[in-house]
Amino acid sequence: MAPDVKPPVAVPGKPEAPAPKPSDDVWEHVAAMDEFRLLLLAKSEFVIPAVIAFVVYYFLLPISVGYFPQFMDKRIGPVNLAYLFALSQFFVAWLIAALYVRGARKFDDYGKRIMEHLDNREAAKGGK
Amino acid sequence: MSLTLILFLAFIAVTLVITYWAAKRSAGAGAYFAAGRRIKAWQNGVAVAGDYMSAASFLGIAGLIAFFGYDGFMYSVGWLVAYLTVLLVVAEPLRNAGKYTMADVLAYRMRPRPVRAMASISTLTVSTFYMIAQMVGAGALVSLLLKGSGITFHTAVIGVGILMIIYVVFGGMIATTWVQIIKAILLMSGTFLLSLLVMAKFGFSISTFFNAVQHVTYTANGQQVVKDFLQPGLRFKPPYGALDLVSLGIALIFGTAGLPHILVRFYTVPDAKTARYSVVWAMVLIGSFYIMTTFLGFGAATLVGRDYITKNGGTNMSAPLLAQAVAGNVFFAFISAIAFATILAVVAGLTISASTSFAHDLWTNVIHKGVERKPGEEVRVARVTAFVVGAIAIGIAIMLGPTANVAFLVALAFAVAASANLPVIVFSIYWKRFNTAGAVWGLVFGLVGSIVLIFIGPSLMGVDGKHFFNHAPIFPLENPGILSVPIGFIGAILGTLLSGHEATAEHKFTELQVRANTGLGSEKAALVH
Repeated sequence: MAPDVKPPVAVPGKPEAPAPKPSDDVWEHVAAMDEFRLLLLAKSEFVIPAVIAFVVYYFLLPISVGYFPQFMDKRIGPVNLAYLFALSQFFVAWLIAALYVRGARKFDDYGKRIMEHLDNREAAKGGK
Repeated sequence: MSLTLILFLAFIAVTLVITYWAAKRSAGAGAYFAAGRRIKAWQNGVAVAGDYMSAASFLGIAGLIAFFGYDGFMYSVGWLVAYLTVLLVVAEPLRNAGKYTMADVLAYRMRPRPVRAMASISTLTVSTFYMIAQMVGAGALVSLLLKGSGITFHTAVIGVGILMIIYVVFGGMIATTWVQIIKAILLMSGTFLLSLLVMAKFGFSISTFFNAVQHVTYTANGQQVVKDFLQPGLRFKPPYGALDLVSLGIALIFGTAGLPHILVRFYTVPDAKTARYSVVWAMVLIGSFYIMTTFLGFGAATLVGRDYITKNGGTNMSAPLLAQAVAGNVFFAFISAIAFATILAVVAGLTISASTSFAHDLWTNVIHKGVERKPGEEVRVARVTAFVVGAIAIGIAIMLGPTANVAFLVALAFAVAASANLPVIVFSIYWKRFNTAGAVWGLVFGLVGSIVLIFIGPSLMGVDGKHFFNHAPIFPLENPGILSVPIGFIGAILGTLLSGHEATAEHKFTELQVRANTGLGSEKAALVH
């Protein structure tokens, strides 16, 4: 349907043409690659548990503080449980972010391999 | 107090020089809307922090903690944790799939005109509400800080408005970015210094400090009371306080990832990996800042006191008055100037995201079906829009006046972002069956749901004569998130399921998935010139 070579000015009815647009079959090709499936798997294996963990940990705070204020006011050292729990949220958030950055190196590796594969494929086609 | 004015003018002078420098580099849409996508990770991280930490955080939070203790600190927590949603779910796919606006991603595999139109309406709503809240706050604050120099609320609002228009119209995203970076650095150093000075008053003893926090004296109903400010429940009281606290948490955690002025910042970096690192930079700064609100807020409660703050300008003056109490008038002037810089950087970010959405989404893609009739038209339209948006914000802020209760506007902005924008962003990226009707329904349900629930809630309804509607609140919560976020998600799901399969949307899901996850076909950074 869409021509492979896009003119510099967008065509009516085809508003979101990014330049330069990869050819139409490349998406299906990448989607079928093992590296891409592994990339999606690795991402969901990290992101889904991480999102559940931080959402649960976070909402424990307003729930415990809101519904059990007496218990949360229990003194611990110079402060109380409520303040320590709130403060811990900052460090847990930073920890999850740090773990994600470390885990994301694997995603970048898969991404790089996919891009290299595509470059080789272009070269094999004898394009440029 | 003229030192405050001198510092204000110094900040204005520096930012105008930056705007002049940026204006020469803002040729072309990529440079104007996305700073050429050449902003570095740390720069964007600092700018995100500068875009995000509004007057509501710096002045508002210090005031809330000074007046309500622990409950105020709950905002601080939510404002940082929210960035995990940005980091894990939104930032990277958005950078890879979009170009200039949030709607780019929402419309990617849908019929673009209805989706863009609704997404743009949602963007303009969030930005305008948020901006009016900042402008009213700015006007009240500046006239208070510069008391005696003859600057009134009106002059202050017009001044702030004109400055933000100049930054955005002439300097585009490059100037906005640098104004935000300078502001964030000033805000962080000011807050750090203020925290140190507060702790010095307590001999750098954490236990002395918190001991004072547990015995805060103030006058309530004409009587001296002593309260433990570490105790939860001073603001969020039964019967609905606990539920309101959870509802607030929902709006903060899911709303930040749907704030258009934050999202567009990720288009200014070269690739998704840089977007990821910039979120981490932002989290370090934002987290450190909000931990320090402990010292700002509790410091104001113990060293200045509720009574004195009430008599000298109210909650929003807590941080400046604390600066005055710990280090005198010079430091007061310095902290006041930071508060001023804070407001300017945020309103500039809001103005550029609103005008970009109008020009790119509504003007080019909805009205003219994706055709830029003349080269550079989109940027020209955005510049005119920035001017108009600024003028409207000035007008409304002056109409509302310095005493208007505008806190609900910020709550509304977060609620709309969480209820309308986030469900549709998430489904666009992760749900194959999602379609045009689903996106439109999700946006409409979330937007209308949030606005209606705020209007029938205790922010605008009350029987004490101080509220907009003289009627008992129909909805009991200040924060509608707990109901409006599910409404947004349900709208998106219903719209999708009731409208049948959309072949193009499902076919293009593969394309979006590959692009979002690998960056294949994504917008590239401009070449060095």
